[in-house]
Amino acid sequence: MDVITFHYTISPDDFTRAGEASSDVKSKLKKMGVTPEAVRKVAIAMYEGEINMVIHAKGGEITVHISTERIEMVLEDVGPGIPDIDLAMQAGYSTAPDAVRSLGFGAGMGLPNMKKYSDEMEIHTVIGEGTTIRMVVNL
Amino acid sequence: MTIRELIDTGEFETIHVGERTDRSITKPFCCDLLSIAMGKAPEGCAWVTVMGNMNTLAVASLTDAACVILAEGVAPDEAAKQKAIEQNITVMKTGLPIFEAALLIEKRLSHEDA
Ligand SMILES: Nc1ncnc2c1ncn2[C@@H]1O[C@H](COP(=O)(O)OP(=O)(O)OP(=O)(O)O)[C@@H](O)[C@H]1O
Ligand SMILES: [Mg+2]
Repeated sequence: MDVITFHYTISPDDFTRAGEASSDVKSKLKKMGVTPEAVRKVAIAMYEGEINMVIHAKGGEITVHISTERIEMVLEDVGPGIPDIDLAMQAGYSTAPDAVRSLGFGAGMGLPNMKKYSDEMEIHTVIGEGTTIRMVVNL
Repeated sequence: MTIRELIDTGEFETIHVGERTDRSITKPFCCDLLSIAMGKAPEGCAWVTVMGNMNTLAVASLTDAACVILAEGVAPDEAAKQKAIEQNITVMKTGLPIFEAALLIEKRLSHEDA
């Protein structure tokens, strides 16, 4: 089956561009006629991952694979890694610095949203090397 | 009530009129933390917040909010104004507190149902 792939490079600390990759995927999926529900799930899950790469890592790469059955998002960063994934996944847990909290980030709901809005989610992280998160939304 | 009808009430000051103003507003929604809004903002909501930065606009667009209403006299910064234009989202402002602004919308909506 045909798979369409989109690729994005996410810049670190650039809030003026943060979310653009997710917006772009959202509008592409809409144009392809993907159901509004699936579009919303992808948009939310990917945005949270994208923002985390901007805030907590040093930016990174996002690859989105689209087939008729599923949308797979792979987010790779070369940031500090996540020391305790279970803790990071807890609603309310955040290490966001004050500067980004004042923008409205730091509720500690990003990873829980990613889990909630994706049908599959895997986190692979190595301290000091980076984090790769794979999420799937079934169509 | 559509976005256009809310604008026409004159209750709020319009900052940017976005696309699809004929969309119905489903309900008011109040939240200042982005990832809570991301997870909970109902589609078609009128999102009332005091966060006037561009990230609010990004989240509003991704969650398909009908419009953003900045409360407590908060004005959007320049980047937020640009984002509103770029994403074509209706943005309004008011000096009212968040709750009062949301209540005003809720009253108009429940008036319609009655
Ligand atoms: N890509 C990443 N690299 C390193 N650490 C991360 C990464 N993503 C998340 N984290 C860690 O996990 C914590 C929880 O992430 P989560 O997205 O749930 O909340 P947040 O980003 O702090 O706040 P919010 O997303 O609610 O604005 C972060 O505070 C950070 O410590
Ligand atoms: Mg986050």
